[in-house]
Amino acid sequence: MAIRPAEERDLFSRLHIDAPLVGGVLVLCSLGLVVLYSASDETREVVINQALRMLLGMGCMIAVAQLNPSRLARWAPMFYLAGMALLVACFLFGTGRGAHRWLTIGPVRFQPSEIMKIAVPLTVAWFLSDKILPPRLPITLVALGIILVPGAFIAEQPDLGTAILVMAAGVYAIFFSGVSWKLIGAAGALGVCAAPLVWFTMHDYQRQRIITLFDPTQDPLGTGYHIIQAMIAVGSGGAYGKGWLNGTQSHLEFLPEHATDFIFAVYCEEFGFVGVLIMLAAYSLVLARGLQIAAMAQDSFGRLVAASLTLTLFTYIFVNMGMVIGQLPVVGVPLPMVSYGGTSLVTILTGLGILMSIQTHRRFIVES
Amino acid sequence: MSLLPELKEPERESRLFLSRIWFSVAAMFLGMLVIVGRLAELQIVNHEHYTTLSQENRLKVVPIPPTRGLIYSRDGVLLADNRPSFSLEVVPEGIKNLEDRVAALRKLVRIDDDELDRFHDELKQKRRFDTVPLKTGLTEEEVAIFSERRHLFPGFSIVGHLSRYYPLGEQTAHLVGYVGRISEEELKSIDPGNYAATTHIGKDGVEKSWEGVLHGEVGYQHVEVNAQGRVLRVVERKPPVQGSDIYLSLDTTLQKIAIEALGEEKGAIVAIEPGSGGVLAFVSNPSYDPNEFVNGISRALYSSLRDSPSRPLYNRALQGQYPPGSTIKPMMALAGLDYGTRTPSDHVFCPGWFALPGDEHHYRCWLKWGHGTVDLTRSIAESCDVYYYSLAKDLGIDRMSSFLAKFGLGRATGVDLPGEPNGLLPSREWKRRTRKLPWFPGETLINGIGQGFMLASPLQLAHAAAIIANRGMVVVPHVVGQIEDPLTHTATQAGVYEREKVQLRSPQFWNDVINGMVEVVHGKTGTARKSGEGAAYRFAGKTGTAQLFGIAQDKTVKNEDVQKALRDHALFISFAPVDDPQIAVAIIVENGGSGSGTAAPIARKLFDHYLGAKAANGNSSG
Repeated sequence: MAIRPAEERDLFSRLHIDAPLVGGVLVLCSLGLVVLYSASDETREVVINQALRMLLGMGCMIAVAQLNPSRLARWAPMFYLAGMALLVACFLFGTGRGAHRWLTIGPVRFQPSEIMKIAVPLTVAWFLSDKILPPRLPITLVALGIILVPGAFIAEQPDLGTAILVMAAGVYAIFFSGVSWKLIGAAGALGVCAAPLVWFTMHDYQRQRIITLFDPTQDPLGTGYHIIQAMIAVGSGGAYGKGWLNGTQSHLEFLPEHATDFIFAVYCEEFGFVGVLIMLAAYSLVLARGLQIAAMAQDSFGRLVAASLTLTLFTYIFVNMGMVIGQLPVVGVPLPMVSYGGTSLVTILTGLGILMSIQTHRRFIVES
Repeated sequence: MSLLPELKEPERESRLFLSRIWFSVAAMFLGMLVIVGRLAELQIVNHEHYTTLSQENRLKVVPIPPTRGLIYSRDGVLLADNRPSFSLEVVPEGIKNLEDRVAALRKLVRIDDDELDRFHDELKQKRRFDTVPLKTGLTEEEVAIFSERRHLFPGFSIVGHLSRYYPLGEQTAHLVGYVGRISEEELKSIDPGNYAATTHIGKDGVEKSWEGVLHGEVGYQHVEVNAQGRVLRVVERKPPVQGSDIYLSLDTTLQKIAIEALGEEKGAIVAIEPGSGGVLAFVSNPSYDPNEFVNGISRALYSSLRDSPSRPLYNRALQGQYPPGSTIKPMMALAGLDYGTRTPSDHVFCPGWFALPGDEHHYRCWLKWGHGTVDLTRSIAESCDVYYYSLAKDLGIDRMSSFLAKFGLGRATGVDLPGEPNGLLPSREWKRRTRKLPWFPGETLINGIGQGFMLASPLQLAHAAAIIANRGMVVVPHVVGQIEDPLTHTATQAGVYEREKVQLRSPQFWNDVINGMVEVVHGKTGTARKSGEGAAYRFAGKTGTAQLFGIAQDKTVKNEDVQKALRDHALFISFAPVDDPQIAVAIIVENGGSGSGTAAPIARKLFDHYLGAKAANGNSSG
């Protein structure tokens, strides 16, 4: 093992670009554009539109990668407070179909909850990074508070899916800080006990989605219709798929939301099991590299951020795919880098930019 | 227990972190395994099962359009109907040589080039399995001809549906408006779910402003279809909720009399029930046939309407911008009384002209040789301009514009019709903002007789007349009277919205001014005395003439000498009966010459009918 100073780095590192991550992103984005062309019924404008958003997202990714992680740590609480202010503004003046999700400032219309997907893990990591780890109970409780406040506001919007994902990202940071398994077990037990309480505070449509999950045939014309049609799409794809542009489920409009949340079903139908394995391999590459970056990070902040962002990315993938193949309730979570839509794309790529920043700003390099 | 402060232990922290990393690697691996396992189950093990499902058992959700609510007048005449109509529709997917088939079809069914162009436009926008209409409004003969040869045209089908029809056609076009195919633009602003099966949307008039009430709620049909998309059976049906029927406050007989009274003249007539604000008649002449717009107007017809010099598409009653002329004099008189600038008996001498001190310009009265000594009543009855030049000078523009604003000038009335302009009530501030110029004293005088910058729509003038009739009560005009739920037949009254009342220092001022307006039609020297002769009731009015061009200082021009297109607009505002106003009107006849000669007799015809019919109904029921 040899330790070299960080100055002697290759070109990519000096540009703060991590080749394996960028490679994985390019593969996934390309797959996304290919399947989107089919899912959008061969609408060229939609694909061009999405490609432009991808370029914007990659621009954000590379820009963020240039920032030193210590600077990110200093900015994290400000980011968090700004996000909280926007969430409160959203609560007071937000727009959206029956939900206080969207905030319009001038020509820009966005979801403040999206900012929190990154701000929460960053802030928790920043808060824990100068404490003695594993954190003691009071510290852990404060960290939980940092997570629960925005979580509650987002759940109130009501956007339970996003709330859970935002809170998960923060909880992951606590998990990686090394809190004892006993505490995790106790929290888990508490969660199970609180589940009925959550059930009764849920909106009817949210409950319906969970009931439907266990028995889609019970409601074949409502929410269950989505799940059944998605499973037919996936199953009829078979090992090799029906071929690009030949998916009848989406082209004949049986599959709802087929360009956004259910795009994975279109992919499965047209490219089959083999195609899915290729996509999963690309995701695995990104995830493995993310965890490796976390393991090689040289301070607590870098470790916690890298590890929790990676695990969050996995969660998005798992929740979206689980929804399409009928194993998780229908929640509005897009498939990272593949689903049509700009907001989540920019968030995901910014998160990967933070990983690249952590990887390429190390002070010294260990070589085996 | 150690009293030493705890220190960070990098070694231990690192070890712990790595163990958590390994744990999450394991968790992710497990998660991936679950997904891959489930996919293998769906795609490999149960592949055949799902393939069968995907090929044979297809559950499709087909939206069913709601039936659009009907529009009636207050006297129960149907103004907007839904009539069965047949159209020829095409699903391009699966048709081998579409152009060839369309050409063959044109030998059987008349399809214009316009319709063909529209078909091709729509073909590009829609997906291959979407239905595209080729020809709408097929005759029964054409339906029969096509049905016989149906087998030659796979993918083509005749679809029966309801199409909007306006029985009174051009008589109500500017009020009821029309529906048309939903445009790209409109698609962005509507709820796509509720309009999933709707093809038409209100484009103008009541059809547009009451779209939400008329449209209804979409229904759904869950059907099983085979691989070709043919419906096998209906699984479940959620019927659509039809739109509510609307009863307008319009009186169709009055509307017809107003249209006949205008005859060939261009102009507008608005009649309002002062107490409720309900619009009784709403005429803009010339008009157009709204039925031409429902299924797409031909380009030739549209350009002939658009380019016609008489501008039939222009809604004069709602959007016309006319100088109100002398019709604002009653309001000016009220301002003079209320600000204490004039009393009813104050006299002004009219030598036929007025001049500002230190200015040689002569502001002329319409009566060249002057009215002599004029008091308030005579100033209205004989419409003396000099009286109002002098009053305007004493009031000043600031007080004038703030007082006239109370009568709804310079602000949209808030009627339930789309596209109402504000008109223009000039003020010092307005001129500075828009023209970057200061206000000149001479402009105060000109605006004092309703000329100059001031602009108002016929609806605004009728609204102002209603406010005077109401002695200050301001009721927002509305065209919809009742909304009736078609299933329960329960009617909801459309709200009567009042605005802040015009409060005067003394209510007696209303009578002073209204007396002047009564003299206009019933007095010996009133400008419209001919229109008041022999009336069975007393009414009040004010004539007006909107000058279209300035006349040189030292010249007198006779109207006959001026080409018709350059003649002044004739105006008249009025209400009847004086003591219990039932109807208030504003009439504008473009290039009609004088308000007294052309516009006032129309008001008399409307009142005779409306009050006569009311009296007859009262007698028969009482």
